Amino acid sequence: MAKLLLNGNHAAANACKDVGVQVIAAYPITPQSPIVERLSRFVDDGKLNAEFVRVESEHSAITVCIAASTTGARVFTASSANGLCLMHEQLHWAAGSRLPIVLACANRAPAAPWNVWTDEQDSISQRDTGWVQLYCEDNQEIYDTIIQAYKLGEDPEIYAPVMVCFDGYILSHTMMPVETIDDSNLIKEFLPPYKPHTHLDPNDPCIVNLVTFPWIRHDPDKPGIEKMGAYPEFRYALQQSLLKVPEKFKKIDKEFGDKFGRYYGIYKEYLCDDAEFIIFGIGTLACEARISADLLRKQGFKVGLINLKLYRPFPRDDLIEFITKHPDIKGIIVFDRNLSYGYEGAVCTDLKSTLYSAHFDIPVHNYIAGIGGRNITAEQIASATKKSCEMILKGQIDKKPEWINIDMED
Amino acid sequence: MSKILKPKDIPEEEFILSGTRACSGCGLSLAYRFALKALGKNTIITVPASCSTVLHGMYPCAAVNLPMLNTAFESTGASASGIRAALNILGKKDITVLAWAGDGGTTDIGIQSLSGAAERGTDIIYACYDNEAYMNTGTQRSGSTPFGAYTTTTPSGKKQRRKNMPKIMAAHGIPYVATANAVYPIDLFQKFRRAKDEFKGDTRYIHIFSPCPPGWGFEPQDLIKIGKLGTETGIWDLYEIINGKFTLNNITMKIVQGKIKRKPVVDYFRAQKRFNTLSNNAIRRIQEEIDKKFQEYENSFA
Ligand SMILES: Cc1ncc(C[n+]2csc(CCOP(=O)(O)OP(=O)(O)O)c2C)c(N)n1
Ligand code: SF4
Ligand SMILES: [Mg+2]
Repeated sequence: MAKLLLNGNHAAANACKDVGVQVIAAYPITPQSPIVERLSRFVDDGKLNAEFVRVESEHSAITVCIAASTTGARVFTASSANGLCLMHEQLHWAAGSRLPIVLACANRAPAAPWNVWTDEQDSISQRDTGWVQLYCEDNQEIYDTIIQAYKLGEDPEIYAPVMVCFDGYILSHTMMPVETIDDSNLIKEFLPPYKPHTHLDPNDPCIVNLVTFPWIRHDPDKPGIEKMGAYPEFRYALQQSLLKVPEKFKKIDKEFGDKFGRYYGIYKEYLCDDAEFIIFGIGTLACEARISADLLRKQGFKVGLINLKLYRPFPRDDLIEFITKHPDIKGIIVFDRNLSYGYEGAVCTDLKSTLYSAHFDIPVHNYIAGIGGRNITAEQIASATKKSCEMILKGQIDKKPEWINIDMED
Repeated sequence: MSKILKPKDIPEEEFILSGTRACSGCGLSLAYRFALKALGKNTIITVPASCSTVLHGMYPCAAVNLPMLNTAFESTGASASGIRAALNILGKKDITVLAWAGDGGTTDIGIQSLSGAAERGTDIIYACYDNEAYMNTGTQRSGSTPFGAYTTTTPSGKKQRRKNMPKIMAAHGIPYVATANAVYPIDLFQKFRRAKDEFKGDTRYIHIFSPCPPGWGFEPQDLIKIGKLGTETGIWDLYEIINGKFTLNNITMKIVQGKIKRKPVVDYFRAQKRFNTLSNNAIRRIQEEIDKKFQEYENSFA
């Protein structure tokens, strides 16, 4: 173990080195580039025995990862914003092929117009590709989550790609003390070498990702494959595995914590025990909101906070359990640094559907905050939350999503 | 080229099994069959969306007896790079990696990932079988569709010239670039062997003329005739570019040496329905261009 002063990008790179990633392919884009630069150094200096494929685009980066993972290597890539968007086609491909690729996303606003600052629109736009998405709130968590991500994705009950997301600049370029594990044996005890389920082997030829029919194929004269499922069955299996992720991740997180002393859970809660109002969000915005909760407590509002770490699959059952155990909750205020344009923040929609599915009649207000890296202070989160608390207490439960700290007239 | 092989030198082992989903008289299937014989068992293939995807069969039955990874349309160069990177780190360096893509997947949407792989000197053999259009999606034009050809997106004939992909690849400075023709399987076999045995460790590129009965408008039984006309008229030349040095081979060389008489291009054009709208004037112009090209060949090689 060592305590290093690392920015978020370097924490991610160190985690890749420590888990012994075998093939890396990535393409530079702000604010993620320092991850690949540092990994290039590790490889050139012989500190990491890996093949680094210096590709000509992000589409190729993720494709190299897909092919290398299928061939049996542990792989890594990283991206942001436009780069991640360029990968989109292949994100579907990676999930459909059930490959445990780990991708670090330093969140940044997708153009246009150009903007390099933090915004979760890039990863949220990849929500429906079949990837697991984990969001981090500090650099230690980035380091730890990447290690956990390999353990999760490579689990035979899961076999799915994992995106580890963290806010650009706010984490990617900010130095913090990070405890690294370094000892490869210790890491191997937690994360054994990758056992691929795919194989490309001339001694046992098999064709990967053949064309599938919409219908079930019946070949009564072909022993062993008399009746074979097709695309819907493959996709159903992916969904079933993803639905196991919350329970699996809790186990992995516990094992990690028991071994290395740090626990995260699928969400982090703060001051929730007696809370009547919950601030809900992901990433550093929700981290900042801890201060907002403190401020509001001083003003007499019983406010708690949930910072969601596991965003996809959406941990429906865990959140229902949380709500059930907290009967005092009168309202939830969701802060989204992303937006499903033409509707509302993505996290808000997901939370609402979870509440509805369990017949909880709890008002949910939504604030769009920090788009394109706009600075959002704890005070601004607190005053928005306070406004919602007062409205809900007065019975004004219906409220349209509202942008905070925006210089526009309606 | 080195020693000319005889049919008996070609291994009998087949890697394409019965029941492929290619059309009858398909040039691509013929080329693939001999390319795989040349590379042999210790090979991993990657294929983008194309007629070749379909050729391989429908899940769970495969018509090719070698490991193959399907990949997205524009990603063949990167997919082959990823297989190679993994084989290197897993200590299986002796396996040949073959990228097998159509002209659309190579000259258009996939040119970037191929160029990237070649610039990195990736240890792969990249083969483009050129049926001169997007056949899998119903014969739309590609960057390799020749001037004047009917496709469903050039209903009055293509108005632009085609790309010269082998020359583009040669400009990457890779050690081995060759053209082949599906209907000259021994020449094709020999080029794949050569790519495999003599230039391992770097990117090798082979571009194969692959006539397509439904897409070009000829009868399946005329595959060999049309394919031969392509080279005998001087439309599709057989050559190699080895470490930058250009040499003609086989029929093309024999034409230049005066051992075989070159046929008029009109024979080639008028044997295919896709050139129905190509005027006699245009054919005359093309004939002049071909004559000029062969005059230059003769100056250099005869
Ligand atoms: C990104 C993307 N765009 C379009 C397609 C549709 N598509 C599949 S195959 C194909 C044409 C393939 O043409 P070519 O590479 O020449 O191979 P051929 O079918 O002629 O063998 C197209 C347009 C696709 N699969 N992916
Ligand atoms: S359309 Fe042409 S290239 Fe495609 S399988 Fe049929 S004959 Fe072969
Ligand atoms: Mg084609």
